[in-house]
Amino acid sequence: MARSMCWHCQSAVTGEYFCERCVKVQPVSKETDYFTCLGFPRRLTLDPKQLEAKFYELSRTFHPDFYQTKTPAEQTISLGNAAVLNTAYRTLRDPIQRAEYLLGLETGSVKDIRTSPPADLFEEILELQDTLEEYRSSERDSQEGQKLRTVLETEQRGLEQRKQEMEAQLQRLFTEWDQLQDRGEATSQTRAERDRLLKQMRDLLSNRTYVTSIVSDLAATIA
Amino acid sequence: MTRIVGIDLGTTNSLIAFMKDGRPCVVPDRNGRTMVPSVVALTDNGLIVGDSAKEHLTRSPERTVYSVKRFMGKGLADVQNELTYFPYHLTETGGVIRIRLGEKSYSPPQISAMVLKELKRRAEAYLGESISKAVITVPAYFNDSQRQATKDAGLIAGLEVLRIINEPTAASLAYGLQEKTQGTIAVYDFGGGTFDISILKLKNGIFEVLATNGDTHLGGDDLDRLLVDLFIGEIRARNDIDINRYPDHMQTVRLEAERVKIRLSEELTATVSIELPEGIGRFTRELTRAQLESLAMPVIERTLAPCRMALKDAGLTSKDIDEVVLVGGSTRMPLVRQRVEMLFGKVPHCHLNPDEVVALGAAVQADILSGGTTDMLLLDVTPLSLGIETMGGVMSSLIRRNTTIPASAKELFTTYVDGQTGVDIHILQGERELVKDNRSLARFRLKVPPLPAGVPRIEVTFLIDANGILNVTATDMRTGQSQSIDVKPSYGLSDAEVEQMIEDSFKFAADDVNARKLIEARLDADALLKTTEKSLAEAGHLIGVDEAEGIRSALSQLATAKDGTNPRPIRAQMAELEQAAKRLNVVMLDDSLKKSLQGKKVSEVR
Repeated sequence: MARSMCWHCQSAVTGEYFCERCVKVQPVSKETDYFTCLGFPRRLTLDPKQLEAKFYELSRTFHPDFYQTKTPAEQTISLGNAAVLNTAYRTLRDPIQRAEYLLGLETGSVKDIRTSPPADLFEEILELQDTLEEYRSSERDSQEGQKLRTVLETEQRGLEQRKQEMEAQLQRLFTEWDQLQDRGEATSQTRAERDRLLKQMRDLLSNRTYVTSIVSDLAATIA
Repeated sequence: MTRIVGIDLGTTNSLIAFMKDGRPCVVPDRNGRTMVPSVVALTDNGLIVGDSAKEHLTRSPERTVYSVKRFMGKGLADVQNELTYFPYHLTETGGVIRIRLGEKSYSPPQISAMVLKELKRRAEAYLGESISKAVITVPAYFNDSQRQATKDAGLIAGLEVLRIINEPTAASLAYGLQEKTQGTIAVYDFGGGTFDISILKLKNGIFEVLATNGDTHLGGDDLDRLLVDLFIGEIRARNDIDINRYPDHMQTVRLEAERVKIRLSEELTATVSIELPEGIGRFTRELTRAQLESLAMPVIERTLAPCRMALKDAGLTSKDIDEVVLVGGSTRMPLVRQRVEMLFGKVPHCHLNPDEVVALGAAVQADILSGGTTDMLLLDVTPLSLGIETMGGVMSSLIRRNTTIPASAKELFTTYVDGQTGVDIHILQGERELVKDNRSLARFRLKVPPLPAGVPRIEVTFLIDANGILNVTATDMRTGQSQSIDVKPSYGLSDAEVEQMIEDSFKFAADDVNARKLIEARLDADALLKTTEKSLAEAGHLIGVDEAEGIRSALSQLATAKDGTNPRPIRAQMAELEQAAKRLNVVMLDDSLKKSLQGKKVSEVR
């Protein structure tokens, strides 16, 4: 987590967060990923309790409250470290954000994940958009409006069901990924397996985001 | 390490607290009162603060400022629809409200600074040491401008504000320390002018805020206003007189409304009695708790939506809440307790005094910062999303609401035109899509080297620190050089203005000290005049005529000196009088001793 050389006494830093010679706090390196920051391996199924315990422990290490009596330089480092730690915990705490972050680490920028409708739902969603438009322009209390509303409610339930299925499937992929990582083999077969998992996860995540936004749009319209 | 105090700077009352032997205590005044009314009055002898200023509310309403917290970090347009309720005159300069008091205008931070100074003075007298560092509490839902304004107030009062902390979380610290509370708690904080709800997880000394919500313009003040409107309407109908035209009577009505409201938390009925202007008699009526509650219901209902939002943001339902804690004077209302109990399905409690618990928590946080308490740590959140304006007047969110602070976000900026030398950045806070619906925090111009379009790469870091206050820094990614940013706050004082106000406050501090010394000297002179006159009347016959005349002359000289505006001659004349009456006092003492000994045996005297 720490840089190789202490900013204060220029001696080599071997400790994790503090210089062993002058006991000054060291800034979290920009290259440190969130998994490393929180001291976890790059896995997709993490125990929330352990994650929280580690977050609390590191908060006690870095929080600016405990640096009030230290030098301004140390205060600045503590502030920066605490901000990184908070972002790291927020990202890893949520399984979906955690997976998106890992995909970003493994394959490049997360922002590349475009949201796209599931291929088999394409027709259905187009139709749903039309119904939504119709409903928006209709009289809510009219017979037509109420009929459309019933259709939309059924759609919403269906899509929520679908979202849950996708999340369950993602969970299976997460476990597969972790098992592959745990084996730690570097054969061409495991490399192909790795690429397949990454692609499947990416597709599912992008479909899930799409469905999530449709569902919240639906819920807001008929609320 | 110098002592750090904790201050609850409230809408209606303020308190100051400190840690003693691992426990927080609130500083009382000579009469044992812990609350200082957040009221500042301009009198002929200068500015006065607290209880004595409160007496001026009805005497000189246009020169007595109360509820100034409602104006912190705001422009005049923000409070337009409640201006009629305030008897003092408000204007605006540079996006900041100014309050007219006599010849001068003061910003809300300056008025708040006077309250802070009074608290500081009180603590200094009590502890016998000078105070220069403080933790000050703010409503959790305060935005960046309101927090900055509070910090400015501290600076103007000569305090180094080491931390701004949220009132409900401060309360949770006090509970955590004194009651060893664990689990998930909801802190419902309904005060004089603001409402907050915070959901926290307390585990092994870590106080993690999961979500917070609120309304910085909703409090007991609003209930008082409903009663004021009711009474004024009835007075108009009954006596055909418009109280609105009489600012001093308006204040009488407001204070009576507040008194009756408080009374109805204990009693089922109360009598309202208000003296009317122009000597036309009194307005009296009975008010029942039920009547108050039917008026108050809509206001109390407005606190429930933020509670539901906070639960939702925390990803919890009311079933997950282990404990509900009440903070703030307005939670004394039985109806508030009922509604809170209904919402959370639990009996809320306030084992610690709801008026003092925030100040106590601030003292605990102060102790954490000074290294005294090491087992407790507060992890708070930012109440509002932070973003910047993008194309088409849309806000692009950078740090979402309820993100644990400190929090940071980086954004890369470049140019669209060849040779462009600056990028304008507009920072916003709020939950809405469009820029116009959110709160503008500040604007600044990013300096960019003149290069072909798209080549410059400036990384801007938005960092919300542990106070919930935004800091902006920028780095040129090509050169690695950082640039200083001159942020112009939309609703705040500029650094130069704050500096000027600090300077002014030192300048006026001399005047203030003089005013205080004068008041004290006059009080002491009055006491001396009274006792000497009494002695002279009782024992004047025991001393010579010339001597008695000397005392009389010294008495009249002190009486004259007392009317002056300089405390020094008063003290000098007091010394003269004491000297002149010295023998009188000795003679009197002997005489009374003699009298008390008469008829007693020597053995009894021994």
